[in-house]
Amino acid sequence: MKESAFTQALLDPDLAVPTGLIDAEGRPAGRRFSVYRNNVAGSLIEALEQGFPVLQKLLGETYFKALAGAFLRQHPPKSRLMMFYGAEMPNFLADFPPLANLPYLPDVARLEFALREAYHAADAAPIAAETLAALAPERFMAARLHLAPALRWVASKYPVWSIWQANTSGGAAPQMRPESALVLRPGFDAVPHLLPPQGADVIAALHAGTTVGQALEQAGENFDITALLGLLIQGGAITGLDEDCG
Amino acid sequence: MFDSAAQHLPARPGVGYKPQHFKDILENPAPVEWLEIHAENYMGDGGRPLAQLRHLAERFAISVHGVGLSIGGEGGLDEGHLARLKHLCDWLKPASFSEHLAWSSHDDTFLNDLLPLPYTAATVARVADHIDRVQEVLGRRMLLENPSSYLAFQDADLAEVEFLREVATRTGCGLLLDVNNVYVSATNLDFDAEAYLADFPVELVGEVHLGGHFADMDDHGAPLLIDSHGCEVVDPVWQLYAGLIGRAGPLPTLIEWDNDVPDWPVLAAEAARAARILVPAA
Amino acid sequence: MSINSKTLVVAGALAAALSAAAMPAAAQDAKEKCFGVALAGKNDCAAGPGTTCAGTSKVDYQGNAWSLVPTGTCTTMELPEGRMGSLEPLERDMAG
Repeated sequence: MKESAFTQALLDPDLAVPTGLIDAEGRPAGRRFSVYRNNVAGSLIEALEQGFPVLQKLLGETYFKALAGAFLRQHPPKSRLMMFYGAEMPNFLADFPPLANLPYLPDVARLEFALREAYHAADAAPIAAETLAALAPERFMAARLHLAPALRWVASKYPVWSIWQANTSGGAAPQMRPESALVLRPGFDAVPHLLPPQGADVIAALHAGTTVGQALEQAGENFDITALLGLLIQGGAITGLDEDCG
Repeated sequence: MFDSAAQHLPARPGVGYKPQHFKDILENPAPVEWLEIHAENYMGDGGRPLAQLRHLAERFAISVHGVGLSIGGEGGLDEGHLARLKHLCDWLKPASFSEHLAWSSHDDTFLNDLLPLPYTAATVARVADHIDRVQEVLGRRMLLENPSSYLAFQDADLAEVEFLREVATRTGCGLLLDVNNVYVSATNLDFDAEAYLADFPVELVGEVHLGGHFADMDDHGAPLLIDSHGCEVVDPVWQLYAGLIGRAGPLPTLIEWDNDVPDWPVLAAEAARAARILVPAA
Repeated sequence: MSINSKTLVVAGALAAALSAAAMPAAAQDAKEKCFGVALAGKNDCAAGPGTTCAGTSKVDYQGNAWSLVPTGTCTTMELPEGRMGSLEPLERDMAG
């Protein structure tokens, strides 16, 4: 047996069943090979359905199944961890002409993948409230924050958070506006929050290791720092901080 | 990192762990005495899966069952995956580790299914090399499971039991005997399941699997059973199992139910059926 | 806004966030937290789902997505100014 021929035939139902595969009477395996074809396609489609429930709801079950079938043949898993299958979905959607009229789909996929990553991310205890409370404001501004390993963010030109919300807990109908979502996991449940405008830039700067003061400086005067700090602290997303010694 | 429960699987019923049963298992586990997890589902860095597993491992013996190592693969083992497996086993200190006589990846493509192998001397050598490596890295003996087969290979020349015995002899590994897989393969490939089990080296069996299958037909109208783990174990499989336990004595026995997972009482009832067969044998 | 006044704003924001977070929330014990909704594990050793049609029919999911039309909630998401079924951004939406 050659694994490569077997693999190609598994993923391409138009290819003939590989030679040398037989039934008990020595006849060609025929549909028996389809059991494996079916298991591969069916299990990968199910993994995508479970991993992208909002995409499935947006597109409908039948459409999503067909989309997943096309996706798995273009992007069969590279990792043996099915919990992380589908990382290429945002770019696949962006390059999928039949869905060009739904340009927000890639960002919805990014958000759903970020939720999955956050769910499986390392645990980290938040910094003690007393430590933050005891810090002089100037020292906080000069500090670099350690953000929780589960923290993710998705910046979008589209109302990605409202679309997610409307399709999970029946939130209000999305209004066309740019939105960025911050995924936090204070306990074991990953939850997306709506970031204030420019919030994604500030989070990206903090994540890259700039000081609080520098990150806020870039965001401009009207940035809602109260909203952002409220999210980070309530979401247990600050796990420590570094103060420069010079 | 924590005190895990028993260091060996009790010769009693266990079930494949599903997160929806977490509360039931802690509150009302009887007659289930141990749990099996699929290794790959616990290879994340943290969060609820590992927290649940930690709670369960404090109370139950755990069997780690790999589904992604591709032990029968033509290429070398994925050393990165093997390292993740070692990390999980070092943390969890499970009572058992088992994997499948199958392949599931080619080059860097993972196919998420247990694919069939031709039973030849060359395959024996390859599988034995891979098992040697797994046992070396994990620092423990592993169990190798017989697969469900849907087709045969024209150029195969070894019977499955012969193949498994040879691999076990070369590597010192134990065997995981899936009685449903024997029944499924015997039906699909037209051999005698009783004769297979009579020939099986039961002294090497560290664990038994029981699960449900789905009945279909092939192109010629012949029965084609599919290992779906989506329903109760059928009576003929219970009979084969009772015969096995009668000859071999009690063995750790797992009920597998992976699709259309039922409420806990249904799964516990399947485990209770296994318990009734195990008790007289004790 | 000067650095100093910004520092004061941040100090106020930090104090507000800390007092809000200090209230309840943290009282769950570790096991209770484990009871929450778990995402299903996706690595399995069983045949795939949908076995009623599995195994015998030639499976071909490929290509359908090119000819099908989505039927999910993307078709009913209604936006202001009658832009039904699409969240195509307009230039003025993106400004500011």
